[in-house]
Amino acid sequence: MTSPGVGISAPGLLFAVLGAAALCVPFMTLAANRIVAGEGVMAWGVASLPVVLPGLAAIAAGLIMGLPAGRNSLRIAGAALGVGGLLWLLTQGASGLLAEAGDYARVSPSVSFWCLLVVFMLLMADALAAMAPGPLMRGGVLAAVLAVLGAILWSGVLSDLSVMREFASRADAFGREFLRHLGLAFGSLAAAAVIGFPLGVLCHRLASLRGATLPVLSFLQTIPSLAMFGLMIPILGWVGANLPGARALGIAGIGFAPAFLALVLYSLLPVVGNTVAGLASAPPAALEAARGMGMTPLQRLLRVEFPLGLPIILTGLRIVLVQNIGLAVIAGLIGGGGFGTFVFQGLNQTATDLILLGALPTVVLALTAAIVMDILVELTRKTPKDSA
Amino acid sequence: MKIGWILRPLLVAALLALVLRPEWFTPLLAPLAPANGPVIYTRASLLSLSLSHLALVAMASAAATVVAVTLAILVTRPAGAAFRPLSRTITNMGQTFPPVAVLALAVPALGFGAGPTLVALFLYGLLPIFENAVTGLTNLPPATMEAARGIGLSRWQRLWRVELPLALPVTLTGIRLSVVIALGTATIGSTVAARTLGEVIIAGLLTNNTAFVVQGGLAVGLFAVLIYDAMVQLETRLARRMGG
Amino acid sequence: MIEIDRITKTYGDIRAVDSVSMTVETGTITVIVGTSGSGKTTLLRMINRLEEPTSGEVRINGDSTLSVKPHILRRRIGYAIQGHGLFPHHTVGRNIGAVPQLLGWPRDKIAARVDELLALFSMDPAQFRDRYPAELSGGQQQRVGVARALASRPDLLLMDEPFGALDPIIRTRAQEDLRHIQQRLGSTIMLVTHDMEEAIRLGDRVAVMDGGHLVQHGTPAEIIAAPATDFVADMVGDVERPLRLLSLIPVAELVEEGTAEGEALSADASLRDALSACLWSGRGAVPVAEDGVPLGRVTLDAIRARAGQHA
Repeated sequence: MTSPGVGISAPGLLFAVLGAAALCVPFMTLAANRIVAGEGVMAWGVASLPVVLPGLAAIAAGLIMGLPAGRNSLRIAGAALGVGGLLWLLTQGASGLLAEAGDYARVSPSVSFWCLLVVFMLLMADALAAMAPGPLMRGGVLAAVLAVLGAILWSGVLSDLSVMREFASRADAFGREFLRHLGLAFGSLAAAAVIGFPLGVLCHRLASLRGATLPVLSFLQTIPSLAMFGLMIPILGWVGANLPGARALGIAGIGFAPAFLALVLYSLLPVVGNTVAGLASAPPAALEAARGMGMTPLQRLLRVEFPLGLPIILTGLRIVLVQNIGLAVIAGLIGGGGFGTFVFQGLNQTATDLILLGALPTVVLALTAAIVMDILVELTRKTPKDSA
Repeated sequence: MKIGWILRPLLVAALLALVLRPEWFTPLLAPLAPANGPVIYTRASLLSLSLSHLALVAMASAAATVVAVTLAILVTRPAGAAFRPLSRTITNMGQTFPPVAVLALAVPALGFGAGPTLVALFLYGLLPIFENAVTGLTNLPPATMEAARGIGLSRWQRLWRVELPLALPVTLTGIRLSVVIALGTATIGSTVAARTLGEVIIAGLLTNNTAFVVQGGLAVGLFAVLIYDAMVQLETRLARRMGG
Repeated sequence: MIEIDRITKTYGDIRAVDSVSMTVETGTITVIVGTSGSGKTTLLRMINRLEEPTSGEVRINGDSTLSVKPHILRRRIGYAIQGHGLFPHHTVGRNIGAVPQLLGWPRDKIAARVDELLALFSMDPAQFRDRYPAELSGGQQQRVGVARALASRPDLLLMDEPFGALDPIIRTRAQEDLRHIQQRLGSTIMLVTHDMEEAIRLGDRVAVMDGGHLVQHGTPAEIIAAPATDFVADMVGDVERPLRLLSLIPVAELVEEGTAEGEALSADASLRDALSACLWSGRGAVPVAEDGVPLGRVTLDAIRARAGQHA
């Protein structure tokens, strides 16, 4: 139990212990080239002591500032200071270690760095959650964090790191696959919405259709992604070969089309299911009143059921967007492009930094999408809910 | 669900045939294979791949269930309440991590093979189970809880005899979500050299042999659908017994 | 005038409403009272065609309700229900203006009407117009629900257990308010309730439903004095009949010359109030006054004799 008398935050204590433990494993890895396994370097060994000391001090101070319960601004400042310390060690270490190594040598952050980064992120999230920020404030924080991240990457202070070297040699491809990834995730979302909304409205009105549709969609949802992507190949291959004009539209067994179709199929359940649940969430008394005052079925749908169900419907879109950003990685396996291309190339070549180049942006993209959609859902919920 | 009782034995039969006697499917799959290429995957038996796939999922899900339910019990006790907001943040944020990315990120840390797959499945599997178990343990009917205290049950007795059984259906739903995700992620695990049915699909993709892709895809898909269905049946039976 | 003509509703073999006929005069309140399953709500819902009658018809001022499309018909008929049914995502003003908006009134006319109605229900328009229903008390929500039903000056107001969700004290006030507003606007109201007390207090006429049949239709005094069936007698409550009857008669009717001890009753109090005052303070008579001017007194004996006339 948190003892309010002492004023130590229990999660803060946990973070401090984990953070201290994380310092006892290698902070960075130095490898002779991009393929071989490297050897670990401890945090205090990445550069000379006077250089390392400020970084270590910042990390320790950050962990300690996370301790007091209820001092949320202080804890957030601590998290920021800690991340600053991590970056200091990383940048100083990268140039220092590389200076003494061969031409093909690579440095990358190691277990200790990632663990501490997670610890400080959680510390910041914990303190932010305790402040219960409104949707606009959360949007502001997200924008600030992304801006800082962008500035750090732009400034080139991290360009010595192995993953940034991979980026530098593939900057064009990265941009292309990024757009491809967005196209897959958002395009399939849009297609699923165009199909799913009308279907959801019909299911809402017709109980028999609802009983038949939702179980089929939930079975579709359980099929493992790789199998689903794979099974699309012969189907679209047949369509591309036999339907006049299909090939001209780019429909073929492998590539963008099967990946896109698989993502759309996965998206239908959250869209249709949440549309049905959202439309059904209007209070029965309000619907009875709407009928009694002479609203037509269309007016009831547009003026009562839809506005009241909007938060739930948007939650469905949030699920779809986050899920599709993740699943679009699989497209890399069937030539559909996206960040998955780097992940699977990296796995093939056992080049871990190439894997990171694909996986890290995917994670950032998914997190950003989730937070933005949560803010949207909350904004549509703004009207006070019926207390009944 | 009358249609289910006809469909279920058919699907089970199809799956058994596909795994035990894949050669029966040669005429069906032959048009999909490249000219003169192999039609049926023979580098490993589908049975052994299935068993290894299911074992991976079972181990990860069992471990995830034990750990997640324990953690859920801890944060729903008064002593663990301080960790509740943090745990909510972690589950919310953690579930936005794509399972594939978790798998990919496990490789730099743990290398190739079944190990990283197992760890990724376990870590990712924790979240839905934990989330549902916490929901189940916090949304207990207040009248029942009051009655349990009123008849003099101790904390442990309340936990074992009232809270956990009442939270079981919701927790099972979490386990089902987790198992379904694990089945899918394990399939991709073959890209990091775990022995799973995904191997057949990947082999098909690498050699442009759609017959392999369909074989592996059908086997994995049937496993997933049948396991999902069985767990739904279990949940509805349990919920019905509790009058839910 | 509303004419209900041999209206019937069957569900399979069950006759929920069985050939009910009655006439409702313009500017009166008719209360339909019955137990649950008596068909009273079905009867009400057939008037604005939320339920389609199996046979028979309803005429409003001579026009059959079957001659227009149901949703057009409903815009002419106010409808208020238990638990108010307000739209939680619309402000009080938008809720009240919902039907005028459906009817295509100009915006400023709707706004003026909303303010007028809020004032009529003693809610300050400036203060309440832009609030959401969840920010109101139960009594306020109910008043907004009735105001919404009255917004387009309907020919007829249908109310289905409108006070059912309110606690007893607020309910009594809401009933009094409805009475006053009805008298001021001259509205025609049909109200469904299971509470005979409410029926007697509010109704110019009371219609008692039982098993799909209209078993008695008359003034409250007729219902109390001469219940048509055992069921009606049961609903009235045999033991309470004298008290119910006395509650309908103002003391003014029995005032006689003379004085009495104690606090005076006002002239529009009921004989039931007078009886209660006598018994509580152990007096044989209570003084009656109007605006502070003594009118005389009411004696216990006179009340007893009045009650005895109907026993």
